[in-house]
Amino acid sequence: MVSIKSALEELNEEYFLPGNSCCAGCGLEIALRWAMKALGPNTSLVAPASCLNVVVGLWPKTAPSFPFINMAFAAGAAAATGLDAAFKAKGYKFPKGNWDKMTALVFAGDGGTTDIGIQGLSGAAERNTDIIYVCYDNEAYMNTGIQRSSSTPHSAITTTTPFGKERYKKDVPRIMEAHDIPYVATCSISEPLDLYEKFKKAKDIKGCRYIQILAPCPPGWGFPAEDTVEMARLAVKSGFWILYEVENGKKTLSKASKRLLDPEKRIPLMDYIQNQKRFSKISEKALVELQNRIDKQWKLIEAELKCQEGF
Amino acid sequence: MTESKQKDFIQPRQTKVVKGNVATAYAAKSARVQVISAYPITPQTTVVEKLSEFADSGMMPGTQYIKVESEHSVMASIVGASIAGTRTFTATAGQGLFYMYEMIHWASSSRLPIVTAIVSRGVAPPWNIWADFTDVIACRDTGWLSSFVATHQEIYDEILMSYKVCEDFDVLLPKFVAYGGFILSHTSKPVIIEDQDLVDEYLPPLPDEKGWPHIFIDPERPMMHGNLIMPSGFYSEFRLKIHDAMMRAAEKIKEAAKEFEKMFGRSYGNGLVQKYHLDDADVGIMIYGDLALQMEQAVDELRDEGYKVGMVKLRHFRPFPIEDVQEIAKSVRVLGVVDRATAFGSPTGGPVSSEVKAALYNTDIKTPILPIISGLGGREVSLEEQKDQLKALVKMYETGELPEDLIHGTLWHGKLEVK
Repeated sequence: MVSIKSALEELNEEYFLPGNSCCAGCGLEIALRWAMKALGPNTSLVAPASCLNVVVGLWPKTAPSFPFINMAFAAGAAAATGLDAAFKAKGYKFPKGNWDKMTALVFAGDGGTTDIGIQGLSGAAERNTDIIYVCYDNEAYMNTGIQRSSSTPHSAITTTTPFGKERYKKDVPRIMEAHDIPYVATCSISEPLDLYEKFKKAKDIKGCRYIQILAPCPPGWGFPAEDTVEMARLAVKSGFWILYEVENGKKTLSKASKRLLDPEKRIPLMDYIQNQKRFSKISEKALVELQNRIDKQWKLIEAELKCQEGF
Repeated sequence: MTESKQKDFIQPRQTKVVKGNVATAYAAKSARVQVISAYPITPQTTVVEKLSEFADSGMMPGTQYIKVESEHSVMASIVGASIAGTRTFTATAGQGLFYMYEMIHWASSSRLPIVTAIVSRGVAPPWNIWADFTDVIACRDTGWLSSFVATHQEIYDEILMSYKVCEDFDVLLPKFVAYGGFILSHTSKPVIIEDQDLVDEYLPPLPDEKGWPHIFIDPERPMMHGNLIMPSGFYSEFRLKIHDAMMRAAEKIKEAAKEFEKMFGRSYGNGLVQKYHLDDADVGIMIYGDLALQMEQAVDELRDEGYKVGMVKLRHFRPFPIEDVQEIAKSVRVLGVVDRATAFGSPTGGPVSSEVKAALYNTDIKTPILPIISGLGGREVSLEEQKDQLKALVKMYETGELPEDLIHGTLWHGKLEVK
């Protein structure tokens, strides 16, 4: 993995420029900055309806220094599919061009991915379309005013779940795994080097690649803007958000999560949720349920890793 | 594949007896479309089947065919492919068109020259898969050009003409080419598939490596497309430009039809409308789609009986041929307008007849208009019934009175069970 020292020295090229309209402490901004450092300028980004459409700047201001298309909510994966098809058609007609080096990238929110966009995403994955689909997951519809999505965790308060969400977070990375695509990964903005490495790896893989990044949202979750990175870090440390990658069906826990296979190494869930206003109404019972859910996820992964050994 | 190998697939001029949907697929092939994206829906399915055959057997070298999971994704992927500077094609019908409606706006507002065949069918519920143009007409205000075709040959020809119009830099708008489900899509007729070299000469060249002039994907010239614009921004100006381009398209359609006739020898009137025995007619009837073909025979037979009747085939619905409609209405004493579509709550209940009436407002033309609705959901319209429609107009001309059995001012024709 790239070291912090060399990252600071060498990865100084910026593609998502200052002057954008992100809120202070925006998790999305960190996610996009580091993803683009890995992907580079031959990337064409499709942004279905989400905060990203707004934070890039209102017309005529634009923060991205690479081709960027604002897209309809449900249309992210399909529009990128079209870009990819065009790159291939252009490459056929103009073989001397750089069309084979272009990456069609979707950068969608959790609403655009786990709810309205999942049909198009599933279609693109089933076809193994040559795109990278990124879900930056802030666990609710933040752009429209913090409404619940299927990625919102159990007991979190949103403007449409004023007493906390009853259902659990939809596990979309696992759904994507079931599509048998060459690469699935989870990232956290608290681990930018891990994120960078995963995007580097994804860039060189052909076929459909899916990466979900936990990107905390200070106004949406209710914590001070300076705590974004810490919040993401606590999500990882508590085992709430598990970092792993799945290459051609083989699952590997990433460094920050690997040691947490031992439940003793995980910090108490309360440490993660206690400073977020969205969990302010969580009951003792719900806390236990949420913890059980996390433990179950880990047991499942443990079993999977064991099972894989036989392959 | 190399350019020379590509030559192997070059089509010499030939006549084939094919279904309307196969003519559509041949048109896309002749136009050398680079990206196709489609989802099957009756009665369009044989278009996508034939195109799969062409693409997968290497008869369309370099063409990418995306078999997506829904119509919404069809148009989303076509928009993506067109933004990146390729010639694109798809086909759909009825419910499929409605499902892609959001993305239809994305195409026109991005000013993308996408051509889409619509194998028109009724609107559910109840399920209906037969000819009815309500589907394409429901997209009236989307900024897409739209045309109706009446014959198998015209499907092929009109798709070629459409690329010429849409890719004109003064237009840069998408277009629907609509024809009746089953009546044209699943019946076979001889269709001339033109010589590839001639088609290449007729059409504009495929977009160059840089793409379209106004929208492109190029890391050297990074472009932000479609970001949020405040009310004080250029939103209104963009809308006006779409309308302006649409109005300018009328002349381009005429030019494309003229040039097409010169090159291939087939005439479609002035491109916007096509007249049949209208010059000396007292009684005129305006009709569109496949019903126009049989109406020619009805006109012939009434002419044989001594009635001076004539017909105009409406070829384009968008842009609406306002001047032609005015001139035609002025030249006859009575004008019937037949809709195989509905526009509930509109002045006539028929979409085109309402537009014809609107086109005559604030003019000195006082020609009475008889709106007629017939053939909905593929209901058979017999030659006798079309002659009856003409006879109703003749009677109107002779007596100066409207027919008695109108419903909300419109003649709902055919064996209508409910009054």
